[in-house]
Amino acid sequence: MFKVTAYERLTTNEYQLWIDAPRIAARAKPGQFVIIRMDETGERIPLTICETNPKDGQIRIIFQVIGKSTAELAEFKTGSELLDVVGPLGTPTAIKNYGTVLLVGGGVGIAALYPTVKGLKQAGNRVITVLGAKSKDILILRDECAKYSDELILMTDDGSIGRKGLVTEAMEDVFNREQIDQAWAVGPGIMMRFCTQVATKHDVPVYVSLNPIMIDGTGMCGCCRVTVDNHIRFACVDGPEFLGAGVDWDSFMQRMRQYRVQEKQAFEQYEQLRQVQ
Amino acid sequence: MVKRSYNQTPIKAQDPEVRSHNFNEVVLGYSLDEGRLEASRCLQCKNHPCMLHCPVMIDIPGFIKKIEDGDMDGARKIIAKYSNLGAICGRVCPQEKQCEMACTLGRSKKFEPVAIGKLERLVSDWDLDNPEPVKVIPHDKGRVAVVGSGPSGLTVAGDLAVKGYEVTVFEALSTPGGVLIYGIPEFRLPKATVKKEIDRIRDLGVKIETDVVIGKTITMSELVDDFDACYVGVGAGAPHFMSIPGTNLMGVYSSSEYLTRINLMHSYKFPTYDTPIEPAKQVVVIGGGNVAMDSARSAMRLGAENVSVIYRRSLEELPARIEEYHHSVEEGIQYHWLTNPVAYLGDENGQLTGVKCIKMELGEPDESGRRRPVPIAGSEFIIPATTAIEAIGQGANRVMLDTYPDLKTNKWGYVDANEETCATSVPGVFAGGDIVTGAATVILAMGAGKIAAKEIDEYITNKTAKKTSHSA
Repeated sequence: MFKVTAYERLTTNEYQLWIDAPRIAARAKPGQFVIIRMDETGERIPLTICETNPKDGQIRIIFQVIGKSTAELAEFKTGSELLDVVGPLGTPTAIKNYGTVLLVGGGVGIAALYPTVKGLKQAGNRVITVLGAKSKDILILRDECAKYSDELILMTDDGSIGRKGLVTEAMEDVFNREQIDQAWAVGPGIMMRFCTQVATKHDVPVYVSLNPIMIDGTGMCGCCRVTVDNHIRFACVDGPEFLGAGVDWDSFMQRMRQYRVQEKQAFEQYEQLRQVQ
Repeated sequence: MVKRSYNQTPIKAQDPEVRSHNFNEVVLGYSLDEGRLEASRCLQCKNHPCMLHCPVMIDIPGFIKKIEDGDMDGARKIIAKYSNLGAICGRVCPQEKQCEMACTLGRSKKFEPVAIGKLERLVSDWDLDNPEPVKVIPHDKGRVAVVGSGPSGLTVAGDLAVKGYEVTVFEALSTPGGVLIYGIPEFRLPKATVKKEIDRIRDLGVKIETDVVIGKTITMSELVDDFDACYVGVGAGAPHFMSIPGTNLMGVYSSSEYLTRINLMHSYKFPTYDTPIEPAKQVVVIGGGNVAMDSARSAMRLGAENVSVIYRRSLEELPARIEEYHHSVEEGIQYHWLTNPVAYLGDENGQLTGVKCIKMELGEPDESGRRRPVPIAGSEFIIPATTAIEAIGQGANRVMLDTYPDLKTNKWGYVDANEETCATSVPGVFAGGDIVTGAATVILAMGAGKIAAKEIDEYITNKTAKKTSHSA
């Protein structure tokens, strides 16, 4: 069992947990994730490790409520226990000194981007970070990203903070302005796809962090397979980071929708039950 | 002398009409009386060929005689000397290729062999229901880490605990058992039985830590430093894909994913359990092994309208257990022999609609001695399908091996271990089961586990003796 040691509601729909998991905290690197199962009837869901505190044996997770399991996870307040937390899984981000790097995060993807921002800054890069969200009140980790960025650009759909517009617009500006040696984009599939297009247009290699459906997260089933450079890769062991230019985006985004009927059914049933209680 | 029945004593099984809609165990097992009747068919051969064809060499005539005498306690004591997992092996061993193939009675043509597997199961089930009190064994001979809790790891752990070692088993998944839990379905191997067998190994003082991925959560080097010896029994669980066009369409599964969703995650009980699975309508399974049978029969139980298995050779070469093949036919599974898929076809939403296949003919024998299937030009045809499951074999999972290059592997990516001693390129690290042999059987994995336990005991005993003589 893995104890939740701190719980916070960050925005209307996003939550933060600190979980007691000393072994994972000791070893996790930027870009890695855990698989969580809450209870005996639960499913296994992958969530990126946002931060670790190896001294106290804690890991930090930020997630958005999008369905039954995340809604249920949002009920795990301080002191409650998760049945399974497995990790750190996946291949860590290739952290090194590239020169100048551009990092782009959208929505809850910012939580997955943050450890990379921090890691790249500590590795001596000049870090330019672009964060995007619908509006100010759901733009998470602003101060933390600012701390490890030489320049922080905020983009919102409604202009409530930073500039009004999409993260790709900010990317265009940066690429037109200066030489970028390596880029990252983490967020919804559609955002990563467009970020890849923009970066490719400017001949800048861009890493994306793919979030396909996973079961075991250890290379045992191939549920998370993606086609990269015409080869089948398992996102859980070969990724989750891949160079965006090689990703078969159509098949990746289609496979994300494989269980939407069942996902909707489970969520509706859960919400109904919660209303009754 | 009593006249021997030509045929095996019939065993109760669920009716095919009923069982193809549920996941409950198909074969219901002998009663004690039926068991005694079947045991009385054994000739008690002096040269006991059956025993020589059991990978762990169980004293088969010995335990069968005890059943015949009605001495179940005696029978269990004999099996316990050789096997830690009788209730499992009695159910899933391919006996027709092992003990029962060698049975003198069966070799006489007129007679069916003694139902050795079903008798082993009877004794082991009785044993689980009538457990002996656990003897407390001091664990002071050394500390051993076992990586993987499948049949070979559990065997090593059980044997070493009995010999007086403190054993910790590390398992990546949430539930121990390996393929016994995520691979072989409930209708062949009830999970309650697996759990009881594993609890018994725990009762011997074995510690099982789940949710630990060696290579990620803890490194192999740390285990080598912290323990007196290690056993690597991580299996061969990484799925192969044929990589034909359309592999990423929705509806195309590896058998590993399909069976893991069903067995480990209980997706057939969705939404009571949270893990979904696509509704089975028209299902095509590719392959001819036990995994293919398990996938096809599971799809039928999920309510499929039709399930067909396509296999590139013919029935004669089918690697699956013959009993399971017969069960599958009774349950309505159809077969396309000498057929291979060439592409998956899908609609504009990325959903599978059919499997394009080609007919094969058998050519010259290959290195395995089986005739090699060769495609017949122009014989392509389409089987409509909403689900396709590839059960074409698995390979070594690289997660642990890639983080521990000291452990030498062979050209197929399996651990290079001496099959007689389970020793690897790293002193004190032993390996066995599918990670050494490639995907094989439960009983072979157990056999490797028994050898490894003996070798690990010798290795630590020698090391301790050397240390003692040095310090003296």
